[in-house]
Amino acid sequence: MSKPLLEVEDLWVRFASKKRVVEAVRGISFSVGRERVGIVGESGSGKSMTGRSILRLIRHPGEVEAKKIHFDGQDLQALSEKEMRDVRGHKISLVMQDPKFSLNPVMKVGDQISEAYRVHTNASKTEAKERSIAMLNAVQIRNAERVYDSYPHEVSGGMGQRIMIAMMLIPEPDLLIADEPTSALDVTVQRRVLQIMDKLVQERGMGLIFISHDLNLVASFCDRVIIMYGGRIVETCRADELQNAKHPYTRGLLNALPDIHKPKDQLSVLERDPKWIEDPSVDAFL
Amino acid sequence: MPSSDNTKLNQAPIALDIQNLNVYFGEGHEKFRAVKDVSISVEAGGSFGLVGESGSGKSTVLRAVSGLVPSWDGTVAVNGEPISKKREMSYCRTIQMVFQDPYASLHPRHSIDRTLSEPLRLHKFDNIDDRVNQALVDVGLGASFRFRYPHQLSGGQRQRVAIARALMLEPDILLLDEPTSALDVSVQAEILNLLSDIRKKRQLTYILVTHDLAVVAHMCDEIAVMSHGEIVEIMDVETMRESKPEHEYTRELLEASEGYQPEA
Repeated sequence: MSKPLLEVEDLWVRFASKKRVVEAVRGISFSVGRERVGIVGESGSGKSMTGRSILRLIRHPGEVEAKKIHFDGQDLQALSEKEMRDVRGHKISLVMQDPKFSLNPVMKVGDQISEAYRVHTNASKTEAKERSIAMLNAVQIRNAERVYDSYPHEVSGGMGQRIMIAMMLIPEPDLLIADEPTSALDVTVQRRVLQIMDKLVQERGMGLIFISHDLNLVASFCDRVIIMYGGRIVETCRADELQNAKHPYTRGLLNALPDIHKPKDQLSVLERDPKWIEDPSVDAFL
Repeated sequence: MPSSDNTKLNQAPIALDIQNLNVYFGEGHEKFRAVKDVSISVEAGGSFGLVGESGSGKSTVLRAVSGLVPSWDGTVAVNGEPISKKREMSYCRTIQMVFQDPYASLHPRHSIDRTLSEPLRLHKFDNIDDRVNQALVDVGLGASFRFRYPHQLSGGQRQRVAIARALMLEPDILLLDEPTSALDVSVQAEILNLLSDIRKKRQLTYILVTHDLAVVAHMCDEIAVMSHGEIVEIMDVETMRESKPEHEYTRELLEASEGYQPEA
């Protein structure tokens, strides 16, 4: 494969309080090419923090430290805050989990989407509006014109999420970080949203980091899976081989899932081993 | 088929019988029928699943049965007795509900002790002390959790408290509104195991609302699929496992639960 789009080496995210330092991400290394990479883990495993730290979106008192965060040959850590703003949205986009907290409540949906487009291009207002409506149609929103003129509280959660995705995709980023983008959506809408992202990866060669806790979904949607536990990578494998994963944590997660076709009386419960936290992180390079 | 209905009646009495339930929201022109002519019956000791997408009215059915939504018509009978709009105290003792979000369903400023003992006081139970301790042991938490507050517990522990609260009045029927959708899969497994154990031990009747077909297949014997406020199909779990549902919408749900399929 060609040179990876994103290379991260020895990434740490720490939150210091007066009493102690919480290490949310502990020395992980991975790379993403023009492919779909899934990051799975339970809540608190550091998967969202990983996504945010790449875009330098960790707020005080959080601290990010890494030997290397390179995107497309560019050292992201060396960029100024102003240069970073050009990267966010334009080159790397982040779709967050909850549309209720990520859309501006006092700004019309359409204005927010066109703004995302106009910040990064020299498009005129009418051009931006046309593009925005086309994008809303692309994410399967019926009545795109009406939605363009409505406020976030007037649309449903699923629609809000699709609006977020439209907004993130309109500047045509090279890398999309999607943090649980479909957790709030119904299964049928979820499939449409995934198809849109899939198409962008296939046709435009976009890279995708897909953060999720849904093992089945990641196994069927992604090319590669990174499994995180306690802030470190415990295992990495090809998505279609997730069923044969070796690490006891991954096995535990897989066994805890109920299966439609294989009924069992009791679900197996994950037994945690403190050793998993202490072991060094696994590198997940291409 | 009347013949199969008869055999069912011979097996066990009907614990919850809902006939032609309609639920309305709003008034006048704005009046909206959120649940349309829903009829289900669940035999005592059975486990019935309601699945569907958000907005399909599945939670609303539970809320109407539990008395949280007053604007409904139709008949709801519990253990053969039709219920009136005004709920009797004894009704609360037969039917209890566990809500979706354990972060929102417990009072943040009430200790676990208060949360669990309040229903007992209202219903004038004796031995409150022992009952609270026993309830905490039953849901796998232990008496040491008794004087904590919700913010000191994890999501899974909170859901255990919510289940303990529902069990305090020793109900016959538990209404479960997406009890694990806010939890990680590892915690979900623990809660589902707990619910199965309790059902076996106490011979409870469950009505489980969820959008996760794998969970419903694991927990329930019979499953109703809802769409736009109507039941489109009622099937037993074997039919669902064999992926032989009759309705188009059910097939779509099943397909989607298998994971992602690229566009054809």
